[in-house]
Amino acid sequence: MQTLHLTGYTTISALGLGNTTAVDALRGMRGGLSRCDFEDVDLDTWIGRVPGVDEAPISGHLAAYDCRNNRLAAMALDTDGFATIVARARQRHGSARIGVFMGTSTSGILETEHAYRRLDSDGSLPADYRFRENHEIFSLTDFVRRRLELQGPALTVSTACSSSAKVFATAARHIQAGWCDAAVVGGADSLCQMTLYGFHSLQLVSANPCRPLDVQRDGISIGEAAAFALLERPQDADAGVALLGYGESTDGYHLSSPHPEGRGALEAMRAALQRAGLDAAALDYVNLHGTGTPANDSAETRAVAALTGHGVPVSSTKGWTGHTLGAAGATEAVFSALAIEHGILPGTLNLDTPDPVLAPLDLIRSSRSGSVNHVLSNSLGFGGSNCSLLLGAA
Amino acid sequence: MTTCSILGTGLYAPGLESPSQAAPVLRGEQAYQAAELPSPQLDCLPRNERRRTTPAIRLALAAAQQATVNLDAAGLATVFATSSGDMPLVDTICTSLAGPDRALSPTLFHNSVHNAPAGYWSIATQAHGPSSSLDAYDASFACGLLEAAVLSATEGLEVLFVAYDLSMPEPMHAQRPIDSDFAVALVLSPPRDGTPRLELERAESAAATVCADPSLEHLRTTNPAARSLPVLSALAGDSPSRVVLPYLDEGIGLAVMCTPA
Repeated sequence: MQTLHLTGYTTISALGLGNTTAVDALRGMRGGLSRCDFEDVDLDTWIGRVPGVDEAPISGHLAAYDCRNNRLAAMALDTDGFATIVARARQRHGSARIGVFMGTSTSGILETEHAYRRLDSDGSLPADYRFRENHEIFSLTDFVRRRLELQGPALTVSTACSSSAKVFATAARHIQAGWCDAAVVGGADSLCQMTLYGFHSLQLVSANPCRPLDVQRDGISIGEAAAFALLERPQDADAGVALLGYGESTDGYHLSSPHPEGRGALEAMRAALQRAGLDAAALDYVNLHGTGTPANDSAETRAVAALTGHGVPVSSTKGWTGHTLGAAGATEAVFSALAIEHGILPGTLNLDTPDPVLAPLDLIRSSRSGSVNHVLSNSLGFGGSNCSLLLGAA
Repeated sequence: MTTCSILGTGLYAPGLESPSQAAPVLRGEQAYQAAELPSPQLDCLPRNERRRTTPAIRLALAAAQQATVNLDAAGLATVFATSSGDMPLVDTICTSLAGPDRALSPTLFHNSVHNAPAGYWSIATQAHGPSSSLDAYDASFACGLLEAAVLSATEGLEVLFVAYDLSMPEPMHAQRPIDSDFAVALVLSPPRDGTPRLELERAESAAATVCADPSLEHLRTTNPAARSLPVLSALAGDSPSRVVLPYLDEGIGLAVMCTPA
């Protein structure tokens, strides 16, 4: 495929705001999970909460879009100069030639949860509730394109936990087909009661900070995050990180359990390598989906072992941020970009005893420095929706 | 511009229960009359899976099943587009979460993902290719059609595209008045001879094409997936015609040159 450069990117998560904060935390093995204190949730669990969201309402002409999910997006746009980088690209390309493709799983459903707690006596929604700007799955993309004043093609991808990885593929295709020259991609997902109680109902939430790949792993910690990247065709003076390939697949196995052999994950990874014209031997690091559920880590490590053998260092960064669901793909794509730019192989926080039953892999336990040129980042979602991104040094 | 062929079509809406049954209405030879939409016969799903589905999932798969009746569904990539998704299910979940006992049913929760219909479809058909599920509010049909056409064109794939929206339950209906169920499906492929064809192009300062029949026009404007009706009408006709779909910004459309077989 035509290589695309990440001419800007940013991440906000439980680690804090911005790329430098994330790199420092990854290097220093400092995680962001905390005991759940979200609203009146009565579950014994840990969460990855972004600091300062409650104090950052959206004001001005887009105030109608104010909701926790769009606040995450707004905070990320203001981090690492991302909005300014996009504004410069808008000068170069024109607003109609930059697409906006966002991933989210629950968008602003938290506001709907609140609205249902204060329905009027006749059962109607409170007057200040705004379905389109708050709840709608498209609200995130709508907000971002208005905030950045972009009028290119746009849509929200919502394929559960692969959402904001798949937007990289959507953007690459729209650029290749000539519908735009650049694209803002990324995603945001915010804490809400539906995911906390929903994953709890499936017995997929841990009572402790999640422990990907560990023999005692027993579920996810839910986190919130937003991450963005600007994708453009290579320009002369560019250096940094590039999207070299992507692969998408579907398990066709179960709505909420992965194929036990990781069949779909393997297909997605193979497709990403093929699109980039690379062998698995070229990989320096695989950022696993690595949620910390028994089923995911078992299936995914089998798939990675089938692809790479034992030879490629792998880790999961979910122990730092929690599972940020629809924002996980973009968050971990940015972590992968940071691994390349800063020469860092992130470890696997909370991994004490690797599960001996898992397929043997070169697990990175503590973060270390090293040259990183090619990274594969996996995102595997409910509905059997898989996406693997291949990022490389530009 | 992106060009694709159409290999199959599905339609499941009140009074429009298949493309062939709907053809006289779509061609303007017969007035549109809404009729109660029966629960679809979903032969594509095994019984134990069908039991777990919701009306939104069944609506989407009804159109998908029609469009793929003569095709190898396992070989198709998929794109599902819906503005509102499964709002009866969201209503149930939010009602539970507002109550004293916030316990959710596991099936209810896993069905709540926007890509639930895509997931059930892949289980039913064993399609393992790329699959996307998306939302672009009132432009969901236009943006989904473009995504499916671009996927087909850039990767050389045959793509099942489904757009569906379920009628909205109260109390949401007051804010998002979707009055009826509507699902449409198109199987797209790279251009090939002897098939109906679509050519997609961005149209600056173009007004959206409307339906001549006032009842059909009401349907078009009260369900995001029904924004597809002018395309379906054009494909049911005898000669090529240009349709403009409402797109993302005021005054900008997605132009679709429709060439029937």
